[in-house]
Amino acid sequence: MNFFELADQPIVIAPLRTALAHPMAGAFASFEGWVRDNNDGRTVDGLRYEAYAELARKEGERVLREAFEKFAIVDARCAHRIGELAVGELAVWVGVSAAHRGAAFDACRYIIDEVKSRVPIWKHERYREGDAGWLHPTPAPPEH
Amino acid sequence: MAVVTVLYFASLRDTRGLASEQVESSAPDLQALYAELQSRHGFSLPVNRLRVAMDGDFAGWGDGVRDGSEIAFIPPVSGG
Repeated sequence: MNFFELADQPIVIAPLRTALAHPMAGAFASFEGWVRDNNDGRTVDGLRYEAYAELARKEGERVLREAFEKFAIVDARCAHRIGELAVGELAVWVGVSAAHRGAAFDACRYIIDEVKSRVPIWKHERYREGDAGWLHPTPAPPEH
Repeated sequence: MAVVTVLYFASLRDTRGLASEQVESSAPDLQALYAELQSRHGFSLPVNRLRVAMDGDFAGWGDGVRDGSEIAFIPPVSGG
C-alpha cells in the first residue's frame, strides 16, 4: 500500500477520495496546491516539477506514516505531480479521513507542510519575460 | 579510492551539465566529496544548504564514501 504517489499525469481526485471513505470516518479534509500565476513579484507562465523519485517516494511514504502515528486518523493519501504544469493546474493533493474533524484538519496540514519541507521535489518556474529558474528556498527561521 | 555514481538535481544539474556521472575519489566522507566536486565544477550552493543521500536514502555528511554506491546531493527542495 502506497500512501504517497508521484503522478506524471494530471491527478485524478475521485478515486483518491473514494479510497479514503470509511464508515467509521465522520470527517474528511483535503488540501490542493494549485499552480499560481505569480511568485516573488514575477509573472509565472508555467512550471515543471522534478523529483529524485526513489527518495521522494520513500520520504513521502514516511511523512504519511508519521501522520498516522501522530493523529487519530482513519486514512490518508498524498499525490504530487511531476512534469510540466500550466497555471491553475493541480500540483499536489492531500486527503485525510478521520472520525472527527480536528484530527483530519491537523493531519492534512502536517502532511502538506512536511512534504513541502522534506521531499526531494524541485520546482522550475518559467516567467513571462522568458527566463526561468529553479526554486531553492531558504527555510524561515524557527519561531520561538 | 572509491568509485561512485553521483546524481545531480535541479541547479546542481544545470551547473554540472549532467544528470549523473561516475566519480573516482579518495574523499574521506560525503562532505569532502562535495567539496571536491564543488571546487572542480563551481557549484554555488554551499554544503550547509544541501542534504546528501547514499544508495537511495538520506545519509550524513560525515558518512564514508562507500565504493560502488549512488550518491545524490539534495538542493533545497521546492515541492508543494
